[in-house]
Amino acid sequence: MSNIPSELKYATSHEWVRLESDGTATIGITEHAQDLLGDMVFVELPDVDDSISVGDDVAVAESVKAASDIYAPVSGTVIEINEELEDAPELLNSDAFGGGWLFKVKLDDASELENLLDAEGYKNSIDAD
Amino acid sequence: MTNKTVLHAKHLASGAKMVDFYGWEMPINYGSQIEEHHAVRTNAGMFDVSHMTIVDVQGTDAKSYLRRLVINDVAKLTVPGKALYTGMLNEAGGVIDDLIIYFFSDTNYRLVVNSATREKDLAWMTKQATGFDITITERPEFGMIAVQGPEAIAKVGTLLSAEESAAVEGMKPFFGVQVGDLFIATTGYTGENGYEIIIPENAAEDLWQKLLDAGVAPCGLGARDTLRLEAGMNLYGLDMDETVSPIAANMAWTISWEPTDRDFIGRDVLTAQKAAGDQPKLVGLVLEEKGVLRTAQKVITEAGEGIITSGTFSPTLGHSVALARVPRSVKVGDVVEVEMRKKLVKVTVTKPSFVRNGKKVF
Repeated sequence: MSNIPSELKYATSHEWVRLESDGTATIGITEHAQDLLGDMVFVELPDVDDSISVGDDVAVAESVKAASDIYAPVSGTVIEINEELEDAPELLNSDAFGGGWLFKVKLDDASELENLLDAEGYKNSIDAD
Repeated sequence: MTNKTVLHAKHLASGAKMVDFYGWEMPINYGSQIEEHHAVRTNAGMFDVSHMTIVDVQGTDAKSYLRRLVINDVAKLTVPGKALYTGMLNEAGGVIDDLIIYFFSDTNYRLVVNSATREKDLAWMTKQATGFDITITERPEFGMIAVQGPEAIAKVGTLLSAEESAAVEGMKPFFGVQVGDLFIATTGYTGENGYEIIIPENAAEDLWQKLLDAGVAPCGLGARDTLRLEAGMNLYGLDMDETVSPIAANMAWTISWEPTDRDFIGRDVLTAQKAAGDQPKLVGLVLEEKGVLRTAQKVITEAGEGIITSGTFSPTLGHSVALARVPRSVKVGDVVEVEMRKKLVKVTVTKPSFVRNGKKVF
């Protein structure tokens, strides 16, 4: 069974969100998601300063097997992207919740996080798949 | 009912992720298909191909039967052990399957066909056998292990007996030899040197373990697909099927037109297609920018539309490559477009072969 850290929030579409101490949010895809996709070969990220809304397809994770859209789990402004993924997309496979983070967002409305799943809720959603 | 090969437990022991492959539970990878791919290109890897179908054709009329059944001419085979790649067509000239035929004598041949097409292949072969004095015998009691890569032959060599080593010593590509319980062939589906070894089921696990201990990496269907695609080798069901002529599937080289009086199944149709010159052709496509070409994406050329039959990310080259069926007037070096995820990308047309023996070949 995949690791599902309890301190993160989750979307049913397999993104995770970590609220940082400065009020920004870091976003990635879950270990379960990378396991479904297999070896990652390209990651397309949004641009810094992009304004994003919940549900927008803002990034693409492309594995040997398939290309998968990544949806914004929160609304806000992109303030940083993980440039290491350009040369090392395999970080999504090896360290999905750490070095494989995708981008950081300045939140429009922190209360949106309440609409996301906690670890147990996410576990239930993937068990139901 | 899911079939399992004799090596199923060994796959699980190596941490394989298993998937259904046309009714067989097979390993897709053992962690990383890209690492497995590199193992085969740079060192040695092995594949369980025990699901493939082995059929022996024997009897007085074996040679004349096969000269009718397949598009290549088994009469070209005169040295025992020599293998031939070819296709088996229906009356309309469509490819029922591609296969390898090993020649032992004019009355004794071994065929290896795809597992996904097993039932229809056997039914077709049986139907065509009417009037020929032959027996068609499936050999499910064997496992098959493909060991591939620049170090494959040396690593297998450390495990062979003196008799087995002597039998394979200096064996050229595309040959096979029966020595004791093993049938060892210099064939494969990766573009690297290596062996395909047919072995009695009760000995397969032991050989697999010895190969593991010799440092041969277990590789799944994921790596098998990227390796064969880089090598420009067709996959039945994607690159050709019963609706596709061998002329449109880069298999024209497997057709023996001479002698002209050999009446193989589909000959009339192929002859007409050749004369008309209107069949599409299979080419390679190379995408240098980000993104991965995928099966069924549309190809747009000045001469008309085509379609990607199989596409992938090439781990050896670091970008995407594909096989595509396009109008015959499209030429190597042309830049054409592919409709990919809501946008058009430019790709370069190549011969349908990208990597051989670890090296880029286009």
